Amino acid sequence: MKLGLVVDLDTCVGCNACAVACKQWNTSGTTGPLTDLEPYGKDPTGVWFNRIRNYELGDYPENKTVHFPMSCMHCEDAACVTVCPTGASYKREEDGIVLVDQDKCMGCNLCAWACPYGARELDPEEGVMKKCTLCVDRIYDEALPEDERQPACVMTCPAHARFFGDFDDPNSEVSRLSRERGGEHLMPELGYKPVNTYLPPRNKTNIPTYKNETNPIEKVKDWVNRLVAR
Amino acid sequence: MHPAFSVIFFTVTSGAGYGLIAITAIYSAFDFSQPMTGEQTLLLSAVALVLITSGLISSTFHLANPKNAWRAFSRVRTSWLAREGLLAILFYPIVMLYVYLVWRGVDASNSTAMTALALLTGVWAIVTVFSTGMIYASLKTIRQWNNALTPVNYISLGLMLGGLLFSLLLSLSGDVSANLTMVASYMVVIAATIKIVYFFWIGAPAGPTINTATSFTSRTVRLLDVGHTAGTFLTDEFGYQVARDRLVALRWVAMVLGFILPSLIVWFGLGEGDNTLMLAAAVISAFAGVAVERWLFFAEARHVVNLYHGAQQC
Ligand code: SF4
Ligand code: SF4
Ligand code: SF4
Repeated sequence: MKLGLVVDLDTCVGCNACAVACKQWNTSGTTGPLTDLEPYGKDPTGVWFNRIRNYELGDYPENKTVHFPMSCMHCEDAACVTVCPTGASYKREEDGIVLVDQDKCMGCNLCAWACPYGARELDPEEGVMKKCTLCVDRIYDEALPEDERQPACVMTCPAHARFFGDFDDPNSEVSRLSRERGGEHLMPELGYKPVNTYLPPRNKTNIPTYKNETNPIEKVKDWVNRLVAR
Repeated sequence: MHPAFSVIFFTVTSGAGYGLIAITAIYSAFDFSQPMTGEQTLLLSAVALVLITSGLISSTFHLANPKNAWRAFSRVRTSWLAREGLLAILFYPIVMLYVYLVWRGVDASNSTAMTALALLTGVWAIVTVFSTGMIYASLKTIRQWNNALTPVNYISLGLMLGGLLFSLLLSLSGDVSANLTMVASYMVVIAATIKIVYFFWIGAPAGPTINTATSFTSRTVRLLDVGHTAGTFLTDEFGYQVARDRLVALRWVAMVLGFILPSLIVWFGLGEGDNTLMLAAAVISAFAGVAVERWLFFAEARHVVNLYHGAQQC
């Protein structure tokens, strides 16, 4: 199995609900807590497994705002795992999920240095590395109803912009979506083979722009219109 | 990259220590025109071990959870950090045996087994410095480090500091021939050349761009909002940035203190008689220069995660 996420950049509205749901679920999960420092202070900061950034694509009038959530890509060639000296970081054989064993980590930061996607954050209170678990403590939990065995971020997304599934299965929803919508990987040139896939925004028609009329008849019409409106 | 003091101190001092022991052990293995006495070999080895050990201890200060440091040798198969740790630990019994035999009066230049042990000590020290360099060179996320010059730099700077210390300590405990200090100055020239090539190599931005980082390769991409109001682990660790003109000025400081001044002292400052003070000045200047060089090594490195914080290219 090759489990991962599909994020639809066309429908994501940048509401940050996935990040909050992630924090809520995981802070009491296997790699919790997601420590906050100075949560009510001037510069609140803390551990997040999922962060959303906002970009502008292209130039006016062909421009577009894109909201861009990023969490661990559960890379196939995960250098964060190979550089880890303690063996705390590991990639599961059976489903490809990349995890950090909190009992083994010595907090050297090298795995965070090796990750191109900013997916790993050190918990300064506990001194250990933390990252997205792909909600490993949800997706296999047989106590949950079957349709809820999904990551918290996927479950909560109000725009239905996140999908979870097995990329090894060509008929899964994630495989079908990334095939049909031309799913892309981030920074493929580094060779990490990230699993998470991003669906590009659909092409929209251009925003109509006002054209300045120089035709004298139009100008007269314009003037009459304004006169009548008064 | 954020330049952490403990890592700068560790790489500079232990690099110099490994360089010193490598030169001492290899020198002792051959019958050169100015042989070292047993006491001199012991003094040099002792200084090297103090430098190495204080460096290694300092390196554990940057761990957020040092109580698990003993696990750091688990992934020798893939991790250069694990390899470095293992090489550094296994170095101790080897160098201790070498020092013990020197103390017992065995002369490395006329006993085959001792020659072999001296050479093993020297080569092991160099390989350890190589593995330190490879920790950085193996990171594909940092273009400035991910090249062959990185480990070469670590080795050449370690040998250079070791060579200058070697001359100084010999001069302290007797007298050092002009030829030996001249060889030390050649090491300075070689290390300087490699560093200059490195500065040119990392010159122009050539790494991944904001376009490949976001997959929008055919349009301009601008960051509108990074999504957090205060700093994060990522901005603290990777966001460190220094103004371009300050970096250039510091490169000059590193070149002058690290290479130019020590060479000038060796070439023009030494005369007949006792040169200990002059050599001490060369060593202090070189250490200061290499510390600035090491600070720059981190400060100039741009991690690709900065592409998600607004950088257009890394
Ligand atoms: S996204 Fe980063 S942390 Fe996750 S598997 Fe890839 S390299 Fe490792
Ligand atoms: S911080 Fe922890 S998980 Fe990351 S490389 Fe170091 S020991 Fe491994
Ligand atoms: S899969 Fe789970 S841990 Fe990962 S970002 Fe989503 S909610 Fe967070």
